This record gives sequence, structure tokens and C-alpha cells, in this order.
Amino acid sequence: MNPQLLWLIPTLPFAGFLLNGTLGRKLPRALVATIALLFTLAPALIVAQLWIFMKSAGAPLALSVVSRPWIAVSGFSVNFAFTVDHLTLVMLGVITGVGFLIHIYSVGYMAHEEGYWRFFAYLNLFMFFMLVLVLASSFLLLFVGWEGVGLASYLLIGFYFTKDSAANAGKKAFIVNRIGDFGFLLAMFLMVAHYGTLDFNTIFASIAASPLSGGLFTAIALLLVLGAAGKSAQIPLYIWLPDAMEGPTPVSALIHAATMVTAGIYMIARCHVLFDHAPAALTVVACIGAATALFAATIGLVQHDIKRVLAYSTVSQLGYMFLACGVGDYSAGIFHLMTHAFFKGLLFLAAGSVIHALSGEQDMRNMGGLRKRIPITFWTMSAGVFAISGIFPFAGFYSKDEILYDTIASPNHLHILLWFIGLLTAGLTSFYMFRLWFKTFFGASRFDEPGPSHAPDLHAAHLAAVHASKTSTLVLEAEPEPSPSHAHAVHESSWIMTFPLIILAILSLIGGWVGIPEALGGHNEFDHFLAPVFNAGLDIAANPQHFFMERVDAIVSLLVALTGAFIAWYFYCYKPGTAAALAAKYRRLYSLLDHKYWVDEIYGRFIITPLLVVSRLLLNGLIDGGIIQGSASGLAASTRGGSWLVRRIQSGNIRSYAGWLAAGAAVVIAIVLFGHHGFPH
Amino acid sequence: MVPIAYYLVLAAVLFCIGIAAFLIKRNVITIFMSIELMLNAVNLTFVAFAHMWHQVSGQIFVFFVMVVAAAEAAVGLAIIIALFRVRQTLNVDQVDLLKN
Repeated sequence: MNPQLLWLIPTLPFAGFLLNGTLGRKLPRALVATIALLFTLAPALIVAQLWIFMKSAGAPLALSVVSRPWIAVSGFSVNFAFTVDHLTLVMLGVITGVGFLIHIYSVGYMAHEEGYWRFFAYLNLFMFFMLVLVLASSFLLLFVGWEGVGLASYLLIGFYFTKDSAANAGKKAFIVNRIGDFGFLLAMFLMVAHYGTLDFNTIFASIAASPLSGGLFTAIALLLVLGAAGKSAQIPLYIWLPDAMEGPTPVSALIHAATMVTAGIYMIARCHVLFDHAPAALTVVACIGAATALFAATIGLVQHDIKRVLAYSTVSQLGYMFLACGVGDYSAGIFHLMTHAFFKGLLFLAAGSVIHALSGEQDMRNMGGLRKRIPITFWTMSAGVFAISGIFPFAGFYSKDEILYDTIASPNHLHILLWFIGLLTAGLTSFYMFRLWFKTFFGASRFDEPGPSHAPDLHAAHLAAVHASKTSTLVLEAEPEPSPSHAHAVHESSWIMTFPLIILAILSLIGGWVGIPEALGGHNEFDHFLAPVFNAGLDIAANPQHFFMERVDAIVSLLVALTGAFIAWYFYCYKPGTAAALAAKYRRLYSLLDHKYWVDEIYGRFIITPLLVVSRLLLNGLIDGGIIQGSASGLAASTRGGSWLVRRIQSGNIRSYAGWLAAGAAVVIAIVLFGHHGFPH
Repeated sequence: MVPIAYYLVLAAVLFCIGIAAFLIKRNVITIFMSIELMLNAVNLTFVAFAHMWHQVSGQIFVFFVMVVAAAEAAVGLAIIIALFRVRQTLNVDQVDLLKN
């Protein structure tokens, strides 16, 4: 295997971006799609070859390519270098594999959209930066990818940029991420100051050699956690992700569920040496993760927009991954990252298919009874729902169970609380996912189906838009009148959209089987695969004495998941009025959840408003308007005053000129006659 | 022999009269005449010094000044006539088109 092939992995999508970005406007749609697909398929094939190579006997633990020095100033140099180890390999597989499937899906989903070429150019650009991110062998190059995926995410959230809400959501994502990047940057500065380099191997070797822990390590680790919390949408920086659903659905699947948002977890796993030396930072990671998991899951309980439910579910699942890293089992975090990429990618794509079938309807209150109408979407989405809820033997069961078990198995008392939160969240997850499932696919259909002869005229569409904006402001779970916005009959998506769904559904079913723990009769191959990276000699699961406990834990979490599913069935299928009655009874609690704990409003009141006031009054009014503008106009005014004075000399009166001349001559004569007395010659 | 100071004082008085006339008078011809007066005051000092030092160069310089003054008078009077034809006035205070 030629290591130089590594260069091709990110460059190919970049070439696709350049081609589609520059020429795409003039190319036919089929060609644009072909370019985008080919330049994503090729890296996927290279990664497959790489995977076979790394699995073969006698393969090195890591494969590297280094360019000439990228940045070299006195005492500090960074190379443009890529490294592939087993962790990177898992990420590469997820990104290129799921990424390629979502590209295929997009060909069908975006078929009727404006800006087709722009969409695929951005998507390829995202692939480029994401691959750079995971391939980077130094913090600086990782940061390049980190910022790049942020840019691609911004561009794609704001894809429908003529829509105000989409443009604002893009800005929000970018600005909130900037707060996290600030922490990342500070962490890098600290590392440069103390190690003089940003290379992973050098820094981790000197950290591993250090007998100390805490102190500087904790500082760096906490700053990195701030960066990770921004990118991976954790408390307190999670607010951008639900709004990011303004982008097209494939974007939500690829960037805001499967790949980009997991960059924070990847970064923490990559820095596991550092975090192992900073136990305080690890505790913070675990607490943030557990808190976010529970917090986002509770909000997800009451959302009506199908994509928003999935968005909060993503935040919640990312919290699980944080929790796994926080209790020190990084491979469980990466395992959940992988299975999550499968089933959450699937869920978003299936939700996109539902939205597509209903011609743009996203409100679950206007769905229902779709099971027979779009059967492929129904069956594939069921696989996703069962997987995320942790139902045996789907993928999510194994990964979530491993996280929960690792949490309770560690000897820290705090972790019992965290385990309980995790378990509770598992129940909530199951509840809201089955709520989505029942509301979308079961019961009576609540959408208005027009006849085939119905011609969509502009006036009706306008009325529908007005109507939809009114109904979306309703806060209670009450069923609104059906909105007449479905111009076409409900239809199953074309094969180009259902094919990726089927593949991802199979992966959601069997994807977890690579990580079946010994206690449940497997070999935990995933942990062993990542063992060279994470030094899994510490793996507790391998101890047969704990098998009983692990089995109990698995059964408990399965029971909790089934309970959640049962409650959802009772509320939304068996007695459909129950949820509305409960919501009316606990009105204040419901309102709190429905308004997402007022977090956006609190941030607006206590952070954004003071910032704006300071910016407007102090920075804009005093500094910019007063000092900078004042000094400039003061200079202008003094020049004008001086010239006004001097201008009076030039009167145009010839005799006054002569007078000045005579006076000047008189002065010169006076100096010649008497001046030498004043000067000591 | 008349002392040199007499000539110089006379020249200074003539020059100052010329300046005063130049500054006070508005008629362009009078101004022109006052310029001639100043030139001749300077000529007088040249001749006085040439006589004192028995040097001929001062007297030659006076001839040059006279020639230049004659040429200047020819050009100047031509300008005055042209000016009068255009503006119908000889008052310099009203000839200030270049101002502003």
C-alpha cells in the first residue's frame, strides 16, 4: 500500500468542489451529480483498500505522509502531514461511507431544487475539510479542517439563503462555534508555549512521559473541551444545532448528525493521553455529556417538527458520546459515534423521504397513517427508530449499553448518578423516537390529500403558507386543522433515495455486532480494533467476574427502552388523547419544555443584549464615533481653520500684495542692518 | 564735492515716494509711473556709487536698467490699453478676476 495515496483521500473531493464550484452552473444536472458522486466514491474505495491493508497481518500501527515544512519560523515548525491509525480509519470509514450514501440520496432529494451545482460543490467541500480534520497529524492541521467544516456547515445551513430564518441559523451556527474555536485556539497557544510544537506524537509523548497530572494539562484539556462543546453541540453551546435544521435534509443527515458534530468527540478521543492526565477535565466532560443527554432528550419529548425531534435527539446522543469519553472509555464513545452515524443518518434521510412524500410538510401533527403509503421509508425508518432506542439486537443497543456499563463499572461515586441519568435518558430517547414513529406512520392520516386533478395555484399556496405560519405558533398538543399544503399526492421516493435508506437500515441493524461484548457472547472486536490507539489493557469488560453485572445492566437498559416505547404506544396509539390531556394538566412544565427551557431567550437577555449594548454604546458610540471618528474630523477641522486663516492673505487686491512685499523687504533690510547684533558670529 | 550720503538720501526719499504711490494709488497709470520712479531712485544710487568709486560698471548697469524699463513701459502700456479696452476702467481694485 503506497502511503502517498493518503494525499488523494481529501484532494479528490476538493477537486470535485473546484469543478462543480467553477463550472457547475453551466453543466447539466446529471453531469454535476456524476462529478460529485465520483469524487466521493474514489476516496471511499481508497479507504476500503486502506482498511484491508491495516487489518492484514504485520501492518504498521500508523501510516504517515509528510510534506515539506508548512509553517517554519524560528523555533517552531509545523508540517503538512497526514497520519492514519485505527481511530482515523474508523472515522474515515464513517465519513466516506455514510458520506457517499448521503451524496447518492441527495441526487434524488435535491432534484427539483435551485442551485443544484452549488449544493454538491458545498457538499464536496465539506467532505474535503472533514477528511483533513481526521487525517491531520497536528493540532494546527486539525484546526484547519475544524474551521473548514464550520464554513461548509454555514454555507449549507444557509443554502436557502433567501429565507431569513435559514440565513440567521447559519450565522448562529458560525458565531456559536466561534466561541468554541476560541477555546481551541487558546489551548493551541498553551501547547506552543510549553512544548514548542503542535505535532500529536511529540506532544502526547511528552505528556505520557510526565509523572504529574492536572495543572497545565487540566487547563489545556478544559480549553479543548470548550472547543469540542461548540462543535459537538454540548451545553452550553448546543443552541446552534436545532436551528441548523434550516438546511436541506441531506445536510442535516451528513453534517449535523453523522460526521461534523462528532468532530468534538473525535478530538477528545484523539487527545486521550492528555485527558488521562487531567482527571478533573474528564469529570467535566462526563458531567457535560450526561447533562446534555438528559436536557436535550427532555426538550425532544414535545417538539412537533420531525427534524427538530431528530436534532435534539442528536444533541442528546452526542451527550452520550461525551459521557463515554468522560468515564475514560474512548472506544465506547467512538463505537457509539459509528452506530449513531448509521442510524441517525438513516433517520434524517428517512425523515427527508417523509417530508418529500408530503411535499415539504415537517409538522408531525399533519402526518399520520403513512405506513402503507410509503412502505420502504416506513421499514427503514423503523430500523433507525429501533436502533436509536436501544432495542436488542440493533446497533444502538450495543453501543449505548457499553457506555452505560462503563459508567457504572468505574469506581467513582459520581458515576452512579451519571449512570442513572444515562438510563433515564435512554428511556426518554425511546419514548420520543417511538412518539415520532407512531405519529408519523400510524393512526389516522391528518393531512389533506388533494385529488389528482388539483392544480396548485399561487393563491392557494400563499394561503397555505399563511395558515402554516399560524398553526406553528400553537403551543399545545392539540390537533390543528389539516393544512392544505400538499400539492401532490403522497408518493414513495424514487430508488435513488430509497437505496441509501436500505443500506443504512442494514447497517443500523448489524452495525453493532462488531462490538458485542464478551459478556453477551461476542468478542468485542471493535474495542480490540481500537486497542492500539487507546491502550485498552485497561478494558474492564474483559474481566469474566463482571459478566453478570454487565448482563444485568444490559437487561435493565433494554427494559427501560421498552418501557419508553410502551408509554409512547399508550400515549399516541392506544389512547391518542392522553398526551394532550397531560400537557393541559402540567401546563407550565409543558410550556417550559416546549420553549426549550427558554435558553435562547435567556442567552438573548443576559449575553447578547449586554454585548449589543456595550458594542453600540461603548465600542461604536465612544471608541469608534468619539475617538477614531473624532480624531479624523478634528484633523480635518484644524486644517480647514488654518487654511481659512491663510486664505485671507490672498485677497486679489494687488496693492495689498505690494504692501506685503514692501513689508517683507523692509524686514529683510532690517535683519541685514541690525540682525548681526542678535547672532553671535 | 557733494557727499555720497546726499545722493543716497535723495534716492531713498524717491524710492519711498514710489512705494507709497504704488500702495496708495488706484489708477494703473499712476502705479506704473511710481514703478518708474523707484527704478530711477535705484539708478541714482548706481550712478552715485559709480562716481564715488570711479567705476564705470555702475553706469553701464544704469543703461541696462533704462533699456529694460523702456521695454517694460512698452509692454506695460500695451497691457494697460488692452485692459482698458476690455474693462473700460483703469482702477486696479476692479481688476481682480483671478481672485477665487
